Amino acid sequence: MNRYRADLHVHTVLSPCGDLAMSPSKIIEVAAHKGIDILGITDHNSTKHGSLVKKMAEKEGIFVLRGAEVTTREEIHCLAFFESDEQLDVFQKYLDTFLGDIWNIPEKFGYQVVVDEEEVIVEHVDKLLVSAIHQSINEVEKQVHQLGGLFIPAHIDRPFHSLISQLGFVPEDLNADALELSRHSTREDILRRFPGLKSFAFIQSSDAHHLAQMGTRTTIFEIERPCFEEIRMALAGEKGRKVHLE
Amino acid sequence: MKVKDIVHLLDLTVYSGEQGLDREVTGGYVSDLLSDVMGRADTGQLWVTLQTHKNVMAIASLKDLSAVLLVNKQKPDANTAEQSNEEGIPILGTTMGAFEVTGKLYELIR
Repeated sequence: MNRYRADLHVHTVLSPCGDLAMSPSKIIEVAAHKGIDILGITDHNSTKHGSLVKKMAEKEGIFVLRGAEVTTREEIHCLAFFESDEQLDVFQKYLDTFLGDIWNIPEKFGYQVVVDEEEVIVEHVDKLLVSAIHQSINEVEKQVHQLGGLFIPAHIDRPFHSLISQLGFVPEDLNADALELSRHSTREDILRRFPGLKSFAFIQSSDAHHLAQMGTRTTIFEIERPCFEEIRMALAGEKGRKVHLE
Repeated sequence: MKVKDIVHLLDLTVYSGEQGLDREVTGGYVSDLLSDVMGRADTGQLWVTLQTHKNVMAIASLKDLSAVLLVNKQKPDANTAEQSNEEGIPILGTTMGAFEVTGKLYELIR
């Protein structure tokens, strides 16, 4: 098995709260500099930058896991990752269908732009991407898994927008591939509060909105090679694949 | 005042947990953060929220609340209503928002 460093929760300029310097090329440059082998691109309620970053990152030998950070109806943030273009397209349509009609005010919330390889803006997204979609956490989980994706409640230790802040505790029947910790906590901390969670795989990520935050927390994957299926197996603890926090 | 009195006075819908309508309401708590309710709500209070997940009932039961009132026409998820029936803690509903219904509740049970 080989060892890969992953930061699976990174925003781009597409997220209104993402710094304007978070362009695909800058993100890749910083990821390469910080020794990140696997990068998760997770904008709020949008998958639209994943494929560009993936394509550009391949030249640097960085594997990109494409997905989004979904805000459920309960205002819980959850990471969702997909393997194929088709799965991403279907999930993007799902997000478009259920995102509410709340419009972004760029001066207040920040710009929501999709760029191309040369950093030319190709789309301004009008709807406020940080608002909640009209789907419950259970509905989002079902949709992600029906499409063959990975479902990971984000920064569960945080006092807002987390599974624990919104629902009090992790529902026992929740079908999550892993739970994510923010940079403010440790696995030991969360297990002290919730001993029942020790059967879950954990990841820890930076949730970077600025370049300087990237890689401040990482997860180590012990897998054959960086690809979606190997990452899935590591989270499930299958065939000797492992995941642990750095 | 009992849960059924409040249902009658404020014209609330009863979604589930009818057997608990005789529970005594000792006060109220308004919050949509279940972690907050778990820490701060007290026995016998009526909880006003728009959250409909099954965890709502786990916390209502843990804190021994008198009832849960869903605002803005929210309806309980199927398994939430199921647990409300098992626990005998009613889930109520209203078309009013939290501000309006809480004002009326406060007048009734302060």
